[in-house]
Amino acid sequence: MKRVFAGLLAVAFGVVLLLGISASTGLFSYNEELLDDSAASHYIAKDVNGDTGEIIFGETMDAETGSANMVTSVIANYRSFDTLGEVTVLFLAALGVSLLAGSMDKGRKRRKSGFILKVSSGILFPLMLVTGIYIFTHGHLTPGGGFPGGSMIASSFLLLYLADENFRANVRGFKIAEGIAGTLYVVLGIIGLLAGGYFLINFLPTGVVGNLFSGGIIPIVYVIIGLKVGSEITGIITDMFNEEVKA
Amino acid sequence: MIKFASLLLIVIGLYGILSTRNVIKILVGINVMEIGINIFIIAIGFVNGGAAPILSVDNPGSLLKFVDPVAQALVLTSIVIGLGVTALGLVFARKIHKKHGTYDLSEIGGES
Repeated sequence: MKRVFAGLLAVAFGVVLLLGISASTGLFSYNEELLDDSAASHYIAKDVNGDTGEIIFGETMDAETGSANMVTSVIANYRSFDTLGEVTVLFLAALGVSLLAGSMDKGRKRRKSGFILKVSSGILFPLMLVTGIYIFTHGHLTPGGGFPGGSMIASSFLLLYLADENFRANVRGFKIAEGIAGTLYVVLGIIGLLAGGYFLINFLPTGVVGNLFSGGIIPIVYVIIGLKVGSEITGIITDMFNEEVKA
Repeated sequence: MIKFASLLLIVIGLYGILSTRNVIKILVGINVMEIGINIFIIAIGFVNGGAAPILSVDNPGSLLKFVDPVAQALVLTSIVIGLGVTALGLVFARKIHKKHGTYDLSEIGGES
């Protein structure tokens, strides 16, 4: 009975969504082009503060953000303040996990990990770590950035946990790294406030679009975010593993 | 077509949330719904014939056609928040299991 009712409710919700969407945007059609004066078109042309002409990859000097990846320019430059809030939400979630998981009872339950996993984790761990660092240092040039890179670092630690049942990461070290990264982000914002008049303004010269050293503060912000997200998610994984062993 | 598929995922997720009292299954339902919503936002930002919003050797100029970068930035945020919510929810589920010995909310009862 409950399932039938739930199914009816879900289908009704779906029909309402379907009607609403097909009335406003069309279910099977996509935009032919972005609206002329939309925020997105300004972010693509990098002309939020005034017309600057076409941005050419590898040629344009000192564009507004200097990040070749437009998603990165939105996240780490135009809407950096939102990203600070987002990182705070992740921090609060990690804090909640560590508070709740830390109060569990003690007791031991051992898992055995396979031989192949044990041997291959020694090879894979440094590769995954380096790939993660590569991804967040090249966040302004290629797909990826601080959040995927940080998650990749955390997943390399997850591999170590799965491979060795006695492995425990240094939780205190991760908490310190996370705190330092979070503080640096705010300090960077305050420097921008003093140097350019706005919180988190891009106060460094942005360089040639497409170079590794370009984009002003964007690579710095993304390295900070990568370290913070990596240590936070590793902390969550550590707390969950501790909890599993103790339960 | 992708919009339709994402709507289907949202409805499946909603059914998963409503039809069970098991905390873990509710979390799985929330995640399925969230994936549907993320795909839907990406589909709204899609532009026919648009390239990925990254200037590169293949797409060197900003006057070319690109898909909407704002939708993708929003979804990046939403994925991270979803991760936090899921992690916190799983720990809450473990707490419930530790206190009541079950993941099923209807077996817990009121006062204890």
